[in-house]
Amino acid sequence: MEQKIFHHALKIQKDRCIGCSHCMNICPTEAIRVKNGKADLFENRCIDCGECFRVCPVNAIIIEQDDFNKIFQYKHRIALLPAVLIGQFPEDIKTSQIYNVLIDLGFTDVYEAEHGVDILKNSMKAYADNHDQNKPLISSFCPAVIRLIQVKFPALVDHIIPQHPPLDIAAVYYKQKLVNQGVDESDIGIFYVTPCASKIAAIKSPVGDEISPINGVINMDFIYNKVYTSVKRGDYDKVQKLKAERLSPEGTVWSLTNGEADIMQGRCLAIDGVHNVMDFLEKVENEEIKDVDFLELRACDESCAGGVLTAQNRFLTVERLRKRADYIKSNYSDYNNKDILNYSEYLNSKITLGKIKPRSMMKLDENMAEAMKKMRRVKEILKCLPDVDCGACGAPNCQALAEDIVQERAVINHCIFIQRIFEKKGIIDWEESRKIMQEIWGEEKLNRKC
Amino acid sequence: MMHFEFDIEGGDFSKAGFASSQLKRILKQLVTDHKVVKKTVVALYEAEVNVVAHAYSGKVIIDIDTDKIQIKVNDKGPGIEDIEQAMEEGYSTASEQVREMGFGAGMGLANIKNNSDEFNITSEVGVGTQLEIIAYLEII
Repeated sequence: MEQKIFHHALKIQKDRCIGCSHCMNICPTEAIRVKNGKADLFENRCIDCGECFRVCPVNAIIIEQDDFNKIFQYKHRIALLPAVLIGQFPEDIKTSQIYNVLIDLGFTDVYEAEHGVDILKNSMKAYADNHDQNKPLISSFCPAVIRLIQVKFPALVDHIIPQHPPLDIAAVYYKQKLVNQGVDESDIGIFYVTPCASKIAAIKSPVGDEISPINGVINMDFIYNKVYTSVKRGDYDKVQKLKAERLSPEGTVWSLTNGEADIMQGRCLAIDGVHNVMDFLEKVENEEIKDVDFLELRACDESCAGGVLTAQNRFLTVERLRKRADYIKSNYSDYNNKDILNYSEYLNSKITLGKIKPRSMMKLDENMAEAMKKMRRVKEILKCLPDVDCGACGAPNCQALAEDIVQERAVINHCIFIQRIFEKKGIIDWEESRKIMQEIWGEEKLNRKC
Repeated sequence: MMHFEFDIEGGDFSKAGFASSQLKRILKQLVTDHKVVKKTVVALYEAEVNVVAHAYSGKVIIDIDTDKIQIKVNDKGPGIEDIEQAMEEGYSTASEQVREMGFGAGMGLANIKNNSDEFNITSEVGVGTQLEIIAYLEII
């Protein structure tokens, strides 16, 4: 029952894919196989973490964004920026320069997503105070982590704090603010500048059955290039400063590792990197780890500073944002009385997320007796397979091939070792073996001149 | 029915949890109700830690059927003198060293019982302890 459940921002461009299997081997949910020389995705297993995008040597995996001209469908065009965008640039590039580039691109307003933190941090703390029974509580910040829990750790969905992330809160606020000024809601378009694929997926098909308050997505690398080009040309050296509200120090570092763990109460841990997160969740699920109150889990190394669409080195981004937060803290206090705080009551009434449902992708069959039959077959098949996890069959490891075989997605002679055994026994000949490999790896790889 | 066996070595805390991790991987592929999966795995994990902390060696024997999961954990070890007392929450004979590692809070047996539908224990001092943990599955 591999029916399409939700939108993926990650798309494999078959014409560019060279079938190198790098993505298949890195995928944390084993969602990729190679067929006909191309990567093939099980959509239901994909959590949009973007690890495949990082390792692709030929840029065959793309992150689908909205057509930029979509912003002009709206009279009021708001660019919603994450702090890591500001963190992409060296300190001599001023925030006002970045804002000005966005205005020149066609946006009417620019607003930082992490202003939403000033509402969220209190409501997260309040939730934690009242939900001792679900500890450790898990932050809902990273959409790839939420999806990972849904597909691989279904027993832990109740641990997720069901509250909207800062960008949603900021979007709801900005919309309401304009509506209060008499603007028609249909004239407002909010566009998020995203550092990763999972945020796009979360906007295009949110968990629960909701509609995102965000109207479109622009990839961060696109904006990065525009800003850099204009600033380097000196276009904004003498431009007037735009008036913008200051992000709070907490908001500035919220999307970095420890951004949430530092402000939550009790024993809080921050874990980044999707494989680290999986290792830790295994232990949480066994209740091996006790007395932890809060977990901040982020799919990317160095959290959003390491987002797959960022352009700058993640450690430099972290350095810049931390410095910035310290500077704001010691020089200003105006972030304590900004406009979004006047909307606390309204925003808190909209803060709860829809129900996050488990959707385990690991079951061999819905019917348990059938699943047991299949598991027995997997065990039998594994006895024949060589245990080398070479990937030559087009599956990431022997276990995955065995499971694909019982699910009728592959056959045992996809294994290159089995082919040799079958050839020796006279069950298949070398021409057939060659054909099998060609079906997995494509014609070109088996017809190279050597 | 499916049958699995795992060995446990006393004193090797770094490997405690191996059998329960294996059981979890198996149950996630078989059982629809993830709450049953979780509590069964938690029960076995506690039992494994008990063996590692107190016994010389142990064996985990798992039988899975469509209506129930039956787990036996048999160890060779000092045994339990007063089972009733050992079942009390907070009662522990764990050494200071074991407690420092985060184990031995005295919740072990009680927690196993709370996480199983049926729980049986027998023990002989100087010989060993046998646990039986059963989780019933709803037949759909």
